[in-house]
Amino acid sequence: MTNETQRTIDIVHAGLRKRYARERRFRLMGLMAISLGLLFVSILFLDISLKGYTAFQQTYLRLQVYYDPSIIDPAGTTRHDDLAFADYAALVKQSLRTVFPDVTDRQDKRELYKLASPGAGQALARRVLADPSVIGNREEIWVLANDDVDMLAKGKIDRDAPEDVRRLDDRALAWIDRLEQRGDIRKQFNTGFFSSGDSRQPEQAGIAGALMGSFYTLLLTLLMSFPLAVGTAVYLEEFAPRNRLTDLIEVNINNLAAVPSIIFGLLGLAVFINFFGVPRSTPLVGALVLTLMTLPTIIIASRSALKSVPPSIREAALAVGASPLQTQIHHVLPLAMPGMLTGTIIGMAQALGETAPLLMIGMIAFIVDVPQGVTDPATVLPVQIFLWADSPERAFVERTSAAIMVLLAFLVAMNLLAVLLRRRFERRW
Amino acid sequence: MTSVSTVIDSENRDEIAPVSAGDRDGPQDGFKETVGDIYHPRPRLTCRNVDVCYDNGAAHAIRNVSLDIGEMEVLAMIGPSGCGKSTFLRCLNRMNDTIDGCEVTGSIRLDGEEIYSKDLDVVPLRARVGMVFQKPNPFPKSIYENVAYGPRIHGLAANKAELDEVVESSLKRAALWGEVCDRLHQPGTGLSGGQQQRLCIARAIAVSPEVILMDEPCSALDPIATAKVEELIDELRKRYTIVIVTHSMQQAARVSQRTAYFHLGNLVEMDETDRIFTDPQHQLTEDYITGRFG
Repeated sequence: MTNETQRTIDIVHAGLRKRYARERRFRLMGLMAISLGLLFVSILFLDISLKGYTAFQQTYLRLQVYYDPSIIDPAGTTRHDDLAFADYAALVKQSLRTVFPDVTDRQDKRELYKLASPGAGQALARRVLADPSVIGNREEIWVLANDDVDMLAKGKIDRDAPEDVRRLDDRALAWIDRLEQRGDIRKQFNTGFFSSGDSRQPEQAGIAGALMGSFYTLLLTLLMSFPLAVGTAVYLEEFAPRNRLTDLIEVNINNLAAVPSIIFGLLGLAVFINFFGVPRSTPLVGALVLTLMTLPTIIIASRSALKSVPPSIREAALAVGASPLQTQIHHVLPLAMPGMLTGTIIGMAQALGETAPLLMIGMIAFIVDVPQGVTDPATVLPVQIFLWADSPERAFVERTSAAIMVLLAFLVAMNLLAVLLRRRFERRW
Repeated sequence: MTSVSTVIDSENRDEIAPVSAGDRDGPQDGFKETVGDIYHPRPRLTCRNVDVCYDNGAAHAIRNVSLDIGEMEVLAMIGPSGCGKSTFLRCLNRMNDTIDGCEVTGSIRLDGEEIYSKDLDVVPLRARVGMVFQKPNPFPKSIYENVAYGPRIHGLAANKAELDEVVESSLKRAALWGEVCDRLHQPGTGLSGGQQQRLCIARAIAVSPEVILMDEPCSALDPIATAKVEELIDELRKRYTIVIVTHSMQQAARVSQRTAYFHLGNLVEMDETDRIFTDPQHQLTEDYITGRFG
């Protein structure tokens, strides 16, 4: 008997080393997988940040502007409309000419005017419209520099490159150097990036339009998909009889979750825009499409959350005489809510990053104005990133990266909110 | 199988005599007819020829059971696992409705009112027939909320003060007040197993039911907690009719006035508890209570 016991122990001991080695190997592999993942994520983040952080600064030029009444308001009416449509670009040109009186050639002048952004004239217009009393006065004002000047100031244009491949020729470089010597060029925080809509001019392009578009679209998506999905899940899981029809519905919901998103875009185009006449390019139609897309995700997550609520809770509620609906609302839903919220956030994050279906419903349009409501034409962050990534100007590269950073920040904020919400609901034991 | 729920019309016991098992088909496993006395002089619940099938008729869980449950009595239902006593208990407040494919035929009347009739509303029925489950299942809410839930949904308390009173008296009757009065707003799930079960009893009696069904209420409890619950049942008998399913024959002997012995879905024997345990009529009953099988 003791001999037998001894032998068993020996066998166990003999195998022990191998078992532990296998365990160590497994742990090592897991560790490696995690480090590799972290490495790639940090490389990605670092790359995006390094490329994008410069977009948060913008180069400005200092101009001495004479608000010439003969240009702004030749008729002297001081009417708003006359002031609004005056040729402010001429004022910018005028002040640039006074800085460089030696530039006389037409061709040279045209190049000189390119130092300031087309946005400079608009800035002067805003100044005058806000306070018409400046007309006739002389004033020092900081205006947007052109994107090439901006790129040079940020060191992204190589001065030593041959002139014919450089964006700025030698003349322009000399002018910029003179301006710099006089202290007329400076970089400051790029508020325009967060407050203005898209533009063909990189220095004027901002993400406010896309941000608001994304916000409206997601808000509507959440408002439509969450109640619908939870309702569907509760009905299918708790009330619907188990029969062939509900089986069919269940299979189809699972299938919908795997349908490529561009198909939803086509559906949106055919049904919402062409049939129901929902205005195209709007957050409304975008949200409708994204709702269809996120519904299966939320329904599946909600159903599994409902399944995980112990049946004893339902029995307890029914046994004291709660109606089935009261049982659901008072007991089952609060317990399933954390799981449902997790599913919703996953769906929302998916919707936030979705581009393909929105291309089909016109949200890829070039839209300058920041949308003021859900029926204004709008674009969304990922589409904006796509558009900018496609633009040839050098200055759009950093803006693309900056927009990605904003999108990621948006995503992190949303996830954080979900975690907070979940914790709030889970605190009810 | 024929439904007999329609043939019964009168309050008269002789007219609602059960159909005997011998007249019915299906395997009977040596069982012919319920022996003993299924009647009670003042019945609250009268069950006649109750049949229960699961899985749309694939599994026959209860076969032709007829019995009376009297006023202010404790009826114990005993029998080996799977004999259908829990199933039968769940018929009495239609908790079996929640199980897909479960079919109940026959007649069960509460004070003469057919509870399986189409136009009976189960919500008030369950308010009249409360239930305590095998595993304590307090709501994941505070102790107060657990007890207050029933009265609140049924609108039994007009204001907060009345509700407080209902909660306090229910907890007192469940012999739990002294242990929890200073932590009413802490989670009910934080209590010990025995306390949780008494909380569930308090929750059940808070809606002032007429009948309380208990499905092995002490199976998850230690002897001390069991003793407390048994004391409580004895106390509750003064106000309520209680049906208790138990695996413990000592418990059945201690708390009940009458006992029903189930075997493979049949009601084999039913009688005064003293008689069942001292002088069982049926061989199956005797084998079970003497521990020879089961």
